[in-house]
Amino acid sequence: MRGALCSIAITLIASTTLAFDIEQQQLFQGQGDETLSILSTTDIGIFRPVIAAFQEVRPDISVDYVVASTQEVYRAIYEEGAQFDLAVSSAMDLQMKLANDGLAQGHSSAQTDALPDWARWQDQLFAFAQEPVVTVVSQAAFEGRQTPATRSDLIRHLRDDPETFRGRIGTYDPRKSGAGYLFATQDARQSDTYWRLSEVMGGLEPKLYEASSAMLNAVESGELAIAYNVLGSYALARLDQKGAATIIELEDFTNILLRTALIPANAENPSGGAAFLDFLLSATGQRVLEENSGLPRINAGALAAQSYLRPIRLDTGLLVFVDPLKKQQFLREWSAAVVQ
Amino acid sequence: MRFLLVEDNSDLALSVQKRLSLDGHGVDWAASLADAEDHLAAASYDLILLDIMLPDGDGRDFLASHRRAQRDTPVIVMTARSAVSDRVALLDTGADDYVTKPFDFEELEARVRAVLRRRSGVSQTRMTFADLTFDPLGATVSFAHETRELRSRELRLFEVLISAPDRIFSKGQLCDRLFSASEAVTDNAIEVYVGRLRKKIEGSGARIETVRGVGYRLTAA
Amino acid sequence: MKRVVNQSISIRRRLLLQLLFVAILLSGLLYLSVRTVADSAVERTQDSILGAATIAIAEELRGGEEGVAVDIPYTAFSMLGSIGQDRVFYRITIGDETVTGYDELALPTEPLNGLTPLFYDDAYRGLLVRAAAVERSVLVNGKALPVRVIVAQTRTSQQTIVASLAERAALLGIGFFVIAVGLSLLTARLVVKPVSSLVEAVGRRGPQDLRPVQRPVPRELVPLVTALNGFMSRLSVALSRTETFIAEAAHHIRTPLATLRAQAEIALRQTENEEARQTIRSMIRSVDTSARSAGQMLEHAAVVFRSDQRSDEQIDLSLLVEDITESYEPSAEMKGVRLVCLPHAHDITVDADRILLEAALRNLIDNAIKYTPKDGLVEVSVISAEGFARLEVKDSGRGLFGAQAAQLTGRFQRGANVEDVVGSGLGLTIVKEVARSLNGRFEIVEREEGGTCAALYVPLRSR
Repeated sequence: MRGALCSIAITLIASTTLAFDIEQQQLFQGQGDETLSILSTTDIGIFRPVIAAFQEVRPDISVDYVVASTQEVYRAIYEEGAQFDLAVSSAMDLQMKLANDGLAQGHSSAQTDALPDWARWQDQLFAFAQEPVVTVVSQAAFEGRQTPATRSDLIRHLRDDPETFRGRIGTYDPRKSGAGYLFATQDARQSDTYWRLSEVMGGLEPKLYEASSAMLNAVESGELAIAYNVLGSYALARLDQKGAATIIELEDFTNILLRTALIPANAENPSGGAAFLDFLLSATGQRVLEENSGLPRINAGALAAQSYLRPIRLDTGLLVFVDPLKKQQFLREWSAAVVQ
Repeated sequence: MRFLLVEDNSDLALSVQKRLSLDGHGVDWAASLADAEDHLAAASYDLILLDIMLPDGDGRDFLASHRRAQRDTPVIVMTARSAVSDRVALLDTGADDYVTKPFDFEELEARVRAVLRRRSGVSQTRMTFADLTFDPLGATVSFAHETRELRSRELRLFEVLISAPDRIFSKGQLCDRLFSASEAVTDNAIEVYVGRLRKKIEGSGARIETVRGVGYRLTAA
Repeated sequence: MKRVVNQSISIRRRLLLQLLFVAILLSGLLYLSVRTVADSAVERTQDSILGAATIAIAEELRGGEEGVAVDIPYTAFSMLGSIGQDRVFYRITIGDETVTGYDELALPTEPLNGLTPLFYDDAYRGLLVRAAAVERSVLVNGKALPVRVIVAQTRTSQQTIVASLAERAALLGIGFFVIAVGLSLLTARLVVKPVSSLVEAVGRRGPQDLRPVQRPVPRELVPLVTALNGFMSRLSVALSRTETFIAEAAHHIRTPLATLRAQAEIALRQTENEEARQTIRSMIRSVDTSARSAGQMLEHAAVVFRSDQRSDEQIDLSLLVEDITESYEPSAEMKGVRLVCLPHAHDITVDADRILLEAALRNLIDNAIKYTPKDGLVEVSVISAEGFARLEVKDSGRGLFGAQAAQLTGRFQRGANVEDVVGSGLGLTIVKEVARSLNGRFEIVEREEGGTCAALYVPLRSR
């Protein structure tokens, strides 16, 4: 057990010398001397109930929670050598790259062993939440129209009535958003329909975003008629409150994103990271995630029930799109199709 | 008494024959089993002295066939075997007794007497002298409704004396009859038995007379 | 009787050990061969997938005006995940210049042969990896550039699979071993069975049964059984010769002695000269001494012979004692000694060799009569005491004059006070020999009231 002063000092140094962009940071003070630092892409608001539940079980641990974008999380660990005890991200490909290149350390427990094969890679990378990548449409814009069920439906709508949708289509900018790049590449991998859709969208002056929340805001405000590739959990949270938009899981295929966590190889307090990870994967943690944070728990049964749900597999295939040449080429093609 | 001696060794046979005849016994000699059969067919004997190892067979086989033929002449086997030889087996094949070579003639006589005693009961061999009745097999003398038992040597002494009443026997002669030849005795030892015997027959019509310088004799009182 | 045999390891155990050794060897070989096959199969599988991934990348290489276009197919890396979750590293180079991937990944040292993958083991970032490399020419601006594609994968999954296969191979080996052990036990038993049954058949025989073994035996045992039969027939001949010899010896010694004695007695009868008579008497005593010595020596030899050839039977000691006592009555009578068989129980039985027992009792009674003066008393009795039958012969003779039993029972040892009695000194030796052979013991003590008490102990028949 380290001394309290020492722990704080290290945390401060780590925080002050960070050479990557932080969006939010909060210290959840515990009663003891131990501090656990988490670098995450998930907003504090969403994770707060989980941290609170964790501290009920382990009141002795303080949690220093730092939020950054997927690219920054990856860069902080891979390039800057930032010391965190747990790295949580929705960019599966980048997490996979970290693990593959030896920047994660192994951890094995009853909780990790209970995960289905597709939800973990070796003893290094673990999925703790699964959520569909959905399309959200404004109910006002689709008044009197049939809501699209597949990408082909969507293309037909856009071709049939381009003026209604011109300038009112939103999607991630894969050049700026790691999640957006992951969604785009996975879509492209699943079906060529994606490229047709991209070209059609490109012809209708699409708006490009870096985050799901901004897209959902735009749909609610009526600025957007369609938001393509939005994180299901965010959409669901909004829909419950308002009702101005409809969430669609496209039936040709809907990718399932896995939120993953890993313990960095250079963690100061790997046992703290492991404790938090085990809690996330435990029955209590999973329940709190689903009920209080709105992040659906790992559930193989739910996936099997709907054949169009395609979990993005945690395997080395994800590394392909991290390759700089490949990425460059993909983004060039994407730009050619969408930006025009 | 009349013996048939079956023995292949002629030296021994002649010695035995001569020795037994000194005691007044008649002895016929058969040198083989076949010879013995011939003798048995021609005469009757009081006793057969049988050797085991014979040129034309085993004495025990002869004994067995002898018994099978229901002939009841008593048989004493003369064996050269040491005592280990199976006495029971010998007796089982029908021998009445046995002596081991070299045998003491006194012992042989004792055994012969015992065999005859067992065989023929008491009555046949009684002898009388004066008013005295002598039963050698029962070892008693009786007179005037009184019966007295004789000890072994007294019996033999009396037997010798009564065999020839009034005949004088020297101490040496009596000694030879009473004691085993191997016993270290002097002829004077005979006086003790003469003394005892006199007491046993005291009151009868017979007495033992000392013939000074010669010996003893049995006379009527 | 105890037979100490120099025992070596049993055939069954030896066979078993050999079979087990073979079983261990075969199990080990099985394990090793399964492992080797499994290892190379797994390695070949990984290699072929690795090769396929490498080729898949190489086939997507395109030449263009701007240079080499690399479009790594998603399946190239995805298929590498099909074996297991291994780390993947790759490098694409033109010449020695890295186009993309991990530029610390070592290049192959051997020349490449187009799209035929070259496989090699390497270390990357401290991890053991298996690498595949191919080479392809790509035309850029009309110029052919050699592009190399290297894909490496850690071997964790392969090792996991190999380990699990090794575990199965080990189980297979152990299973094989267990079955082999069972079969070995069975085989060993079956092989040894003819030997055991032969041993049993020979062991069931009594000590006198020297007939040859007639039962059929396996070919391998024929020399042994032939040798055994030969040995037994020689033994049988030797034994009967021994018996015959003892009998013949007795006959040839005793018959002349008998003649001599008879003639001496005749001479004794025919002389009145006291001096001559004493000479003849001492001659007769010498004859008796010789006869007795010869007799006892032969008897001793016979007892020793019987000790090795004991044929035990159930013997009622009371009957035996009565019989033998009766047979000595004439001798006792002649000697003027009273020989009495004391009353005794009628159920004292022992398992013993009759001839040995008779020899012992005969010598005891003979001795007692011999050393008892006339008008003395010899009492023979038999009682059972503490698991033993006690055969006791008490006399009122001259005693032992302080001599110890151990001295008296030595060969040719006689007491200090017996010069005038015919004897060889072998009588008590015979008794002692018999006692030893019958697992009993012999005691001789001087009685307080005079005379000696000799006792032979023989184990009672166990019920």
